[in-house]
Amino acid sequence: MDTTLLLVQLLNGLQLGVLLFLVAAGLTLVFGIMDFINLAHGVQYMVGAYLGVVFLALTGSFLLTIPLVLVGSFLIAVVLEHLVFRKLYRASHLSQVLATVGVLLFITELVEIIFGPQLYQIPIPAFLDGAVPLTDTLQYPVYRLVVIGLGLMLAVALWLAVSKTRLGALVRAGATDAEMVSALGVDVERLFLFVFAFGGMLAGFAGLVAAPIVAVEAHMGNQVLILCFVVIVIGGIGSIEGAFLGALIVALVDTLGRTFTTDIMKLLVDPSAATTIGPALASMLIYLLMAVVLFFKPRGLYPAKA
Amino acid sequence: MADTTLDPATMAAPQRAGGGPSMAAIVSPLLFFALFAGLPFLLGSGDTFVLTIASRILIMALAAMSLDLILGYGAMVSFGHAAFIGIGAYVIGIASEHGMEEIAITLPMTLAICGAFALLMGAVSVRTSGIQFIMITLAIGQMAYFGATSLARYGGDDGLTLWGRSLVFDTRLLGDTTTLYYVILATLAVCYVLLSVIVASRFGRVLRGINESEKRMEALGYPVDRFRLTAFVIAGAICGVAGILLANLTEFVSPAYMTWDRSADLIIILVIGGLGRLHGALWGALVLLGLEEAIPWLFSDILAPLVSPVEGGGGFGAWWQHVCAVIAENWRVILGPILVLVALYARGGLVTLLGREGRA
Repeated sequence: MDTTLLLVQLLNGLQLGVLLFLVAAGLTLVFGIMDFINLAHGVQYMVGAYLGVVFLALTGSFLLTIPLVLVGSFLIAVVLEHLVFRKLYRASHLSQVLATVGVLLFITELVEIIFGPQLYQIPIPAFLDGAVPLTDTLQYPVYRLVVIGLGLMLAVALWLAVSKTRLGALVRAGATDAEMVSALGVDVERLFLFVFAFGGMLAGFAGLVAAPIVAVEAHMGNQVLILCFVVIVIGGIGSIEGAFLGALIVALVDTLGRTFTTDIMKLLVDPSAATTIGPALASMLIYLLMAVVLFFKPRGLYPAKA
Repeated sequence: MADTTLDPATMAAPQRAGGGPSMAAIVSPLLFFALFAGLPFLLGSGDTFVLTIASRILIMALAAMSLDLILGYGAMVSFGHAAFIGIGAYVIGIASEHGMEEIAITLPMTLAICGAFALLMGAVSVRTSGIQFIMITLAIGQMAYFGATSLARYGGDDGLTLWGRSLVFDTRLLGDTTTLYYVILATLAVCYVLLSVIVASRFGRVLRGINESEKRMEALGYPVDRFRLTAFVIAGAICGVAGILLANLTEFVSPAYMTWDRSADLIIILVIGGLGRLHGALWGALVLLGLEEAIPWLFSDILAPLVSPVEGGGGFGAWWQHVCAVIAENWRVILGPILVLVALYARGGLVTLLGREGRA
């Protein structure tokens, strides 16, 4: 197998990894702190992409679109939290699943009614359009490199915010023991609302950033949601470091797996069998990985709770 | 959380359905079965459209009921249960591809294969709990799904069309839709009785005991994991029967039967109907699948004709017709909020509403 292909797939994996991290960060904090299973979190990612399409059409500027999408995603998360989710923090996980699936169906269909079934795409902003040569024969799009860089910067910023600030200390304390934090006089309701809205905003931003790379459609959040659950379980629920590590591992295993499994299988079995088994095996890899991690570390790689 | 299971408050928690069954628990399933047994007479002959929908409801009720044994009674939230529907269906599909259509042979085969797969799935999952259990069962369910997509010889992604419905002792008994409907109804009834007996037996009581306090049952010397695993295998085998019925109803087998959203549907049916009651699965399936059919029908056939457009088109009438058509197309926009309302205001499921009426 050639090294240029490996390099490109490593970069693609890294880029998927930072996007997964941005979505998974909110999911893991909400789950860790409020013990809330939010199956509607992928919707925030999808809505972020559509907000990007709308605001770009209105303003014509990608740079203006970014803050508008952030504010829009934040507000949508606040509204959802107020209308539905805050009533379910003390409910059973199964009630949460039912309610968040309801929200997921409603918003997905609403988006489909408004925008129709066709696919949308945001063009790559002109100032990031182009490619840089990595080797003599290989070029890689600037935009994807910027996504990787931006994602890594945000990951570091988020990690600093959670581990070094007072608000971050509250968030970490909330993930360990929300009741105790409340007993210490912290307004837990506001903390919950903030974490929720912030997580929704990050997912919306991920959707906007992904929109020039993937097709924007109403169901784009579903696949990402399942991947993110795998990510946060592997990483350890409630942990930002865990979400980051989990996102990178899942994205790299998935991306490299899809590229190389069939070739590796060809070394083991005959080619026609390899081409039928390969793709299925590649899709299974992350689930195998999760099962193995859970078998040895049931609480994930970086458990937040002591 | 696990450390509080020995505190007196939890110990004193009343045994659910500990004494004899309540009135609601007897009336509710009888009502359900009477309703579905009489349906073909209400419809008259030839209405296979509604019968097919009703058959689907019964099959999903069977699958959800098998899930109730492990989820409702054993507190094991499996997010991969639809895999057994798929495996059951694929046993029928693959056997039919090889010229074997006799149900007397494919039924035991399905039970054995689904039981074996459940043993495997249970062996790696029963020791975990909470979100870890959910995710491991999801993972194994997804692997089964991707495994099915790789069966290129049997249709791969596209699925497999059967040569025909299963033979019953060499007769084409199931060829007639009404007969198949009654066979499905009878199978559901038999499984309901079977599961009721299991739940009421010593085994069922131990399972509920584990659900309430694992530590207590462990301290009493029960091999907790083995009880859980047994329940998992029984549930998997029964769900495989639902797969046989689905393959026969649609005469088609596809990996789409075992995606994670199918598994989520089974959980939603149980949460809507009520957990740990068996008959909750019956009503939950009727409500969820019924709504899926009723909402588009309500908007396209009932509400839309109420206001007709004025001569020459335009005006409120045209707008109304357009809105109804859009909602009939995207009917989940109505289903979503209904699910949210059930989650917020009907905790414990719809059959608890029935139970309250029964006691009043």
